[in-house]
Amino acid sequence: MADLEMKLLGLWCSPFSRRVELALCLKGISYDYIEEDIQNKSPELLKYNPVHKKVPVLVRDGKPIAESLVILEYIDDMWDDKPAILPQEPYERAMARFWARFIDEKCLPSIWKAFWGPKKEQDEAEKEACENLKALENELKGKKFFGGSSIGYLDIVANFIAYWLDAIQKTAGKTILTKESFPLLSQWKVDFVACKVVKENLPPWERLVAYYQIRIEAAKASNDDGKIQIY
Amino acid sequence: MGEEGSVKLHGMWASPFARRVNLALKLKGIDYDYIEEDLANKSEELLQYNPISKKVPVLVHNGLPIVESLVILEYIDETWTDSPYLLPKDPYQRAKHRFWAAFFEPIFDMMKKTLMLQGEALETAVKELSEKLDVAEHGMKEIYPNGVPSFSQEVKPGYLDIVFCSLFGTQDVIEEFFGIKVMTPERYPLLVSWIDALKQVPQVQEVTPPKEKLLGFLQFLRQKYLPQNA
Repeated sequence: MADLEMKLLGLWCSPFSRRVELALCLKGISYDYIEEDIQNKSPELLKYNPVHKKVPVLVRDGKPIAESLVILEYIDDMWDDKPAILPQEPYERAMARFWARFIDEKCLPSIWKAFWGPKKEQDEAEKEACENLKALENELKGKKFFGGSSIGYLDIVANFIAYWLDAIQKTAGKTILTKESFPLLSQWKVDFVACKVVKENLPPWERLVAYYQIRIEAAKASNDDGKIQIY
Repeated sequence: MGEEGSVKLHGMWASPFARRVNLALKLKGIDYDYIEEDLANKSEELLQYNPISKKVPVLVHNGLPIVESLVILEYIDETWTDSPYLLPKDPYQRAKHRFWAAFFEPIFDMMKKTLMLQGEALETAVKELSEKLDVAEHGMKEIYPNGVPSFSQEVKPGYLDIVFCSLFGTQDVIEEFFGIKVMTPERYPLLVSWIDALKQVPQVQEVTPPKEKLLGFLQFLRQKYLPQNA
C-alpha cells in the first residue's frame, strides 16, 4: 500500500470522529490529525466537505471522504490486507450494516431526544430509546462483542452507547441503560472500553462531562429548548 | 428446508425503496418471486421478517431476510458477484457513490411531506427540495464528469443510478399532480439528462408504475392528509 498523504479532520468529543480514529488504529494506518473548531470551521473543512460541512472527513492524497459509516467502509475496502472490520460473509455484512443504520437513524436520535430534546417530548423519546436499546441488547446474545470474539464494525459504530451515553446520563442525572434492564449491553460496554485500542481513542472523561455540562447550560440560557445539536 | 437458492421480495408497487430492489434484481438477471404487500394489512411473513420497522422492501434469500433497501442492494452485489456490478470496484469511487446515496436518502420524506402541505408551507417545502437538488446537480458532476452515459447492454445502471431513479423516475408525474415545475432542464441539466437516460432502460420501464395508477394513488394520499382538498 503506497504511503500517500492521510489526514483526518475531526473533533475530540465527537463519537463519529472517534469511530474513524478507532478504525484507522485497528488497521495500523498512520495519519495526520487536524482538530476542527466547530464554532469556527476551517477553510479546509469547508473545501473537503462542502455538502455537510461536518467532521469527520478523511482525506487521502487530497481526495476527501465524508460520513463516518462511508469512511469506515472505505478504510475496510482500501486496507483489505489488514484484519477486516466488517464481517466477510454477505449476510453477516448485511446484518452489520442494518444495525449500524439502526444505531445512527433510530437509536442515537431517540437517546439524544430522551435527554436533551424538548421537555414535553422526553418521556416518549425515553420509551423509544429503551425499545431501541432492547433490540441492540438482543443482538448481543451469545456474543462478547457485536463482532463476535473481537470488536468489529458494529462495535465501532455503537461507540456512543459504550461511553458517551454515560457522560450524558451523568450530566442529566438520569440513567436509562441500567444493568438490570440491559445486562448484555452493560457488560459489552465494560469489555469494549477495556480494549487497548479503544481506550487510547476515547475523549478524556472529565473533559467530556464538563463539555456537555457547558452545552446544556448554554442551551438553557438561550431558551433553546431542544436545540442541542448532536455532533 | 426447500428454500435453497430461493429469492423472494416483499414490496409495494408505489414504494421507491421496493422499486430499487426490483430494479437491482432485474438488472442482475436474478430470478425471484415478488410478493405485493398491502401496507394497510401487512402479511404475517412481512411482520415476521421485519419486526423492527415492519416495512418493505424485504429480500428473503434462502429463508434469511435482509431489510433496508441500500443494505439489500449491497447484499445483492456481494452475493451475485457476476457483472453487471452495482457498485464501482475502486474503493474511493464506492465511497463517493455511498456518500451520494446517503445524501439522497432524506428526499423521500421531503417529498412525502409535500403531500400534506398547501399554500405557503408547500412553497417552502418545494424551495427546500429545490435547494437540495442544486447541491445534487453540482455534486453529480464528480460522478459523471463527462455527462450521463447512454445506458446499454454493456453499461447498465448501478447503485447510485438505481437510488436516483427510484426517487426521480416518476418526477414528471408528481409535478403534473401538483401543477408545479421543479426539475427543470434549465436549472438541473445534468439531473434531467440522468432521468431521461434512465427512462430508456428496459428494466427501469418494467418497474416504473403506470402514470394513471400513480396519479390515482397520489390523489388518494392527498385526500387522506388534506380531506378539504378533495
